[in-house]
Amino acid sequence: MTRDVLDWLLDGAHWQGGEGIPLRVWQHVAYSLIAVGIAAVLAVPAGLWVGHTGRGRFLAVNLVGILRAVPSLGLLFASLMILGPKIPGELGVHVPVQVVLVVLAMPPVLAGAYAGVEAVDPAARDAARGMGMQGRDVLLRVELPCALPLVFSGLRSAVLQVVATATLAATVGLGGLGRYLIDGLAVRDYAQMAGGAVLVAALALLLDLLAATLQRLVVSPGLTGKTGRRTAAGETAASSDPRDVGVLTEGSTR
Amino acid sequence: MIRFEGVTKEYADGTTAVGGLSLNAPTGAITVLVGPSGCGKTTSLRMVNRMIEPTAGRITIDGEDTATMDPARLRRGIGYVIQHAGLFPHRTVVDNVATVPRLLGWDRRKARDRSMELLERVGLPAELARRYPHQLSGGQQQRVGVARALAADPPVMLMDEPFSAVDPVVREQLQDEFLRLQAELGKTILFVTHDIDEAVKLGDQVAVLRVGGRLAQLDAPGRLLADPADDFVAEFVGRDRGYRGLAFRPAPPLEPREEPTVPLGAAPEEVRRVTADWVLVVDAGRPVGWVEPRAIDAPVTTDRLHRGGTVARLDGSLRAILDAALSSPSGRGVLVDDDGLLLGTVTASAVVAALDGVPRTDPVEPPEPVER
Repeated sequence: MTRDVLDWLLDGAHWQGGEGIPLRVWQHVAYSLIAVGIAAVLAVPAGLWVGHTGRGRFLAVNLVGILRAVPSLGLLFASLMILGPKIPGELGVHVPVQVVLVVLAMPPVLAGAYAGVEAVDPAARDAARGMGMQGRDVLLRVELPCALPLVFSGLRSAVLQVVATATLAATVGLGGLGRYLIDGLAVRDYAQMAGGAVLVAALALLLDLLAATLQRLVVSPGLTGKTGRRTAAGETAASSDPRDVGVLTEGSTR
Repeated sequence: MIRFEGVTKEYADGTTAVGGLSLNAPTGAITVLVGPSGCGKTTSLRMVNRMIEPTAGRITIDGEDTATMDPARLRRGIGYVIQHAGLFPHRTVVDNVATVPRLLGWDRRKARDRSMELLERVGLPAELARRYPHQLSGGQQQRVGVARALAADPPVMLMDEPFSAVDPVVREQLQDEFLRLQAELGKTILFVTHDIDEAVKLGDQVAVLRVGGRLAQLDAPGRLLADPADDFVAEFVGRDRGYRGLAFRPAPPLEPREEPTVPLGAAPEEVRRVTADWVLVVDAGRPVGWVEPRAIDAPVTTDRLHRGGTVARLDGSLRAILDAALSSPSGRGVLVDDDGLLLGTVTASAVVAALDGVPRTDPVEPPEPVER
């Protein structure tokens, strides 16, 4: 079985032409990134706003819960029936697929953004305001940079889920790596199905690796704790009081 | 001068955090607000920079009503130090300190130079500048917090329990350096603490607040200890106030007795030639510790010295001198001059005898009259 899957993956013919693996990967990446992109544009600002103002938190928490409970396949057919006829051409299929993927990507992105802002040290926020930062400065210069690790973890979690679920596009006649699952099932070609699944998993890992690299570049080292432990060097240096006389120490004079 | 005129903060649920507070925090002095939790001291402080808006009354800074000023502009002109420092974890130490100068539109280079200067001022080595807050100890973070508040050289500073989250040894060190810094800078400081010892140590004047934000007493620390206005203040300033009050009484004229000494490195015979139960060891004129002649069998080294005694300056406070006598294994307190050179010793009984001749009230001028 493993042998069959390897043979399928390594077969040069599968890597060429209008229906080859590179095209399927490209389509899959496009479906996924468009969905995560739209979700980020909608949910990151909304989450930051909820975290910053504390308003709409109840709504956000429940929205996250509800969206997570939506069955993707059911939503796909529902949106295909409702939106499909209203949108001409191939877009009539693309839009419903994107709706499903965006709905899937929203909860982790939204939760990451508001949780990230909420997790900012209240003392840092208080200090920022007390030093004369306006609300927008506090959000953009303190809360957002400090929230980035959780914003990223939300985005990465969305990428993983969307890449796995974008296989659904094939069920309504679109491309992507889902084609291998659907087409393989139709002709009972299990090697093709398993090969497709391996490709989905590999793509998900690759995209997560890219996101992790981006995260390292964007997030301050002060937040990741990768800059080494603190030392007490400065503390002891500062404590050497020139008035200390041998082992006798001067008593409090005030 | 920061002036509170009948300042009140009531919340919608009817609780009064601060009730009709009137007091002046004089220019160039440290005014400490102290009281039990719920006395409205932090609320009072935060109303000065309008982090909290008063419901009645007025706060002026050098005659200007803060209510008429833009809150962000007002705050940029006031140094703000809080309990857990509140450093920005994503910024390096130097960038944290440069926050307000950058907000005020200074160019990057000038703001950085100023930050480096301030780090040195608060006793932090320059190599810490590029570190992030999580790499610093609590005491170091608090120093950075102070440097950050001083960055734009504001005339007024608000400090909300800045030293209460660090351990007692570091706290005392930070307090001493804070007093040294204030002696150089002469800021107008409003300082909140729940610790009466910290209040009397740091304050030029101390305002004791009772629950509901009402002023119980406003006085110089020595007077607060010597003459509490009522039972609440007496209870709050606590036990040992007679002894603690000695810190605010100047030493009476004391005649230090000459003390026989041996130098560091002296041989056992040399030490035993001094006929005393304890012998004081000096190094280049500075007292370094006591030794017991019968316990010495080799030349005197620093690790053989008794470490219990404190030293006091002859012109220091009564408390320091009495403590030197009480803590000395020989019963003789070591007195030094301003350069740390030995002047002689004094016994506790001599200090107590001299005490009777000193007036009990605080010689410091009482603070400006306050409308209550």
